Amino acid sequence: MSANDLSIHAPPLNEAFGAGVQAAAASPPSVSPSRRAWQRFRCNRLGYWSLVLFILLVVLSLFAEVLSNDKPLLVRYEGKLYLPLVKDYSEKTFGGDFDTPTDYLDPFIQDKLTQGGNWAVYPPNPYGPRTINYFAKEPNPSAPSRGNLLGTDDRGRDLLAQLVYGFRLSVLFGLALTGIGVVMGVIAGAIQGYAGGKTDLIGQRFMEIWGSMPELYLLIIFSAMFAPSVGLLLLLLSLFGWMGLSDYVRAEFLRNRQMDYVRAAKALGVSNLQIMWRHILPNSLTPVVTFLPFRMSAAILALTSLDFLGLGVPPGTPSLGELLSQGKANIDAWWISLSTFAVLVVTLLLLTFMGDALRDALDPRKADQ
Amino acid sequence: MIGMPATLRTTEGAGLPGGGMAPQPSPLPLLEVKNLQVSFGGKPVVRGIDFSIAPGEKLALVGESGSGKSVTALSLLRLVPDAAVGGQAIFQAPGGPSDLLALPESALRGIRGRDIAMIFQEPMTALNPLFTVGEQIAEVLQLKKGLAQVQSEQAAIELLASTGIPEPARRARAFPHQLSGGQRQRAMIAMALACRPKLLLADEPTTALDVTLRGQILDLLGDLQRRNGMAVLLITHDLNLVRRFADRVAVMENGHLVEQGTVADVFVRPQHPYTRKLIDSRPVRDVVAADAATPSAPVMQAGHVRVAYPVPVAGFRGWFRSDEFVAVKDASFAIAPGRTLGIVGESGSGKSTLALASLGLLKFSGQLQAMGQSWGRQAAANQAMRRAVQVVFQDPFSSLSPRMTVEAIVGEGLLVHEPGLGPAQRRARVEQALVDVGMGQAQFPGLLGRYPHEFSGGQRQRLAIARVLIIDPRLLVLDEPTSALDVTIQKQVLGLLQRLQRERGLSYLLITHDIAVIRAMAHDVLVMKDGEIVESGSVFDVLDAPRHPYTQILVAQG
Repeated sequence: MSANDLSIHAPPLNEAFGAGVQAAAASPPSVSPSRRAWQRFRCNRLGYWSLVLFILLVVLSLFAEVLSNDKPLLVRYEGKLYLPLVKDYSEKTFGGDFDTPTDYLDPFIQDKLTQGGNWAVYPPNPYGPRTINYFAKEPNPSAPSRGNLLGTDDRGRDLLAQLVYGFRLSVLFGLALTGIGVVMGVIAGAIQGYAGGKTDLIGQRFMEIWGSMPELYLLIIFSAMFAPSVGLLLLLLSLFGWMGLSDYVRAEFLRNRQMDYVRAAKALGVSNLQIMWRHILPNSLTPVVTFLPFRMSAAILALTSLDFLGLGVPPGTPSLGELLSQGKANIDAWWISLSTFAVLVVTLLLLTFMGDALRDALDPRKADQ
Repeated sequence: MIGMPATLRTTEGAGLPGGGMAPQPSPLPLLEVKNLQVSFGGKPVVRGIDFSIAPGEKLALVGESGSGKSVTALSLLRLVPDAAVGGQAIFQAPGGPSDLLALPESALRGIRGRDIAMIFQEPMTALNPLFTVGEQIAEVLQLKKGLAQVQSEQAAIELLASTGIPEPARRARAFPHQLSGGQRQRAMIAMALACRPKLLLADEPTTALDVTLRGQILDLLGDLQRRNGMAVLLITHDLNLVRRFADRVAVMENGHLVEQGTVADVFVRPQHPYTRKLIDSRPVRDVVAADAATPSAPVMQAGHVRVAYPVPVAGFRGWFRSDEFVAVKDASFAIAPGRTLGIVGESGSGKSTLALASLGLLKFSGQLQAMGQSWGRQAAANQAMRRAVQVVFQDPFSSLSPRMTVEAIVGEGLLVHEPGLGPAQRRARVEQALVDVGMGQAQFPGLLGRYPHEFSGGQRQRLAIARVLIIDPRLLVLDEPTSALDVTIQKQVLGLLQRLQRERGLSYLLITHDIAVIRAMAHDVLVMKDGEIVESGSVFDVLDAPRHPYTQILVAQG
């Protein structure tokens, strides 16, 4: 017997190992599979920078009130500080005549706020999403100018402000719809896939019936019956949004429940819920994660299309779809359609790039390299 | 199938001429490989090897998984995509010697199949499922020999006949899935030999087959080799195969050729330590002797266990009823404490089904008691039994969840069976269990936080054993615990199992197709075939004096 082939009577620690041991012993500290996937994702520079830019845009849009608002951020008037963002002040506070909320774009008020020791800090874009600029020099819709950087729409509202708030609404709506769809889809798919048999059969038939309902007509009917709101839209779209995903999760659960580690866990006496949660779910999330960006872009598109058709958010809510339909109605006001189109394209493109990178990072054929 | 040589004799005249051509020592080797190097993405897999094959010679290339033996064969025909191949491979083609590694692709395509043919490990994936085997063989003849459709179909049937397939004309019209595993491999061989190649590359040609078929396929290859006078490069990990088949043997380790010579020389006087280790890797029997005197109560007792699966019935009648497939018919056995019961059988014999039934993971009828208790329907009532009866599976890659750390995997049993333990106590127990299977923190820094993908097959199998040891079971069901491992690792894992049995008095229900493993491990043995127990008794009685004809074949092949 050779030197490295130790006797089986030796104490356990000295028990002989194969040639592969040294490799594992010398390797750097452990990385989990999800961490390795993240490293592969980072190697895709287009996808990575798309993610960085997208997060940056979302975070910026979350602070939309500070960036684009018709109220000053901070006012100092006759020795006192005011925060118009937080609290509504009457016009009388600043020397006006009426007890109404102050219109800070009124040249009279602006004049008051800059007299003597008074000053006001305005946001970079001094319009809110619903602010109508009554003091514009041109008829609405007015072309881009120093006053309105991207022009105004046909009701005199600043386009840049609308785009910022519309982007925020779209992204938040997309996130919420995706989140609800993922949770519902994973639960439905997990139950069908893990239980199999009759549960699976009945679940699949139910989904076929449910999936053949005319979604668009239901939306039209419901928008006629109820007052339109973002919440209602989210609810209606969620009713159908979970199905595509649950098929993938079901297939993964069907596959993974046959694996030996699941059988071993069953033999250990681990409860079904624990097996689903600890063993199968983490190994079944690949299609879920891969489809996240694509599902989000689909959700944004759905909201935009419904708004475009006038079935979406209530009138007056800043929305990209409503802007698109304005652009269509005012075809000569090129700035409306062009800038809305640009925002949509950039948003969807960033999501698609992220999705591509994510799909590559989670590709099982590349996972072992 | 057993009477295959007779079949061959009857078809010999119709088959391939040129029989009786003995391997002649030739001044020019048929294939001479010089300094062959293969690397994938800068990672060397074959690191400069030299060997040569004379015309009509049978050379075996032996090594464990990852040694580069398959890549060597594939790279000779440049069939490995994305690999950087260096060195020379001078082949005596009919048109003069040529370097296979430097030939233009079009010239190489002429050599592939016509002068050098290849057969693969898994005939199911190597044959196209959408064409009949006759069409696939005929296609080779049409492409390489320019035969017409009718002639090539006739020739395909003759080729199939020469490989000993019964009813060749009918089998030629069969699709790959309609043939049995052995028949598929025969069809593959017929296809490879269609153009009477000078060199046949056989990459693990019998590994996917059952033991009783392995010998037959090997005999067929040897017979055809003699008649055609072709050279064979046999790639294998199985030393038995080498001994039976090859003239010369070359041993590969980690991309290097560590030793080559005639089979007799290498097996009797191995020079290199690795070769010695390979030859010494037959499992050694080192278990407590079974004495019939101990009348202790059995750990597990099964009486008339029967397992059946529902099978859908085709057509309209299938709407209302389903047939059943009986995987295990009437199995009875008992396992004494500290003893091993071996169940041996081929694929489809029902031995793994019986294992799952004994774990209570399958529905079955009959009595099955472990520690005096039967499997019930309530999970809570089974917990004590679950603790006593544990399982280790064959495939070390699918038996550990890839997204859990070693600590979570090994400690899982404690969460279920000893929920009162604190995190620190649990961690200590996990570490102890790992030490018990020979995996210490000393060898693997940060062992507890590592993930399964960082370990080799043998180490993963140790983790799987640690996972069950931690709850201190009485009976382990071992479902082919070493079949997926290399021979040297197999010996270590079996040694570990033997030590655990001696130290802890564990009982094993050992399921395997490998007679050598049974011989090393078992006290009693059951032989299963098609769901039935055909023979049972103490291991020496059964293996040394097999009574059932099936057992006799198994023992002879193993």
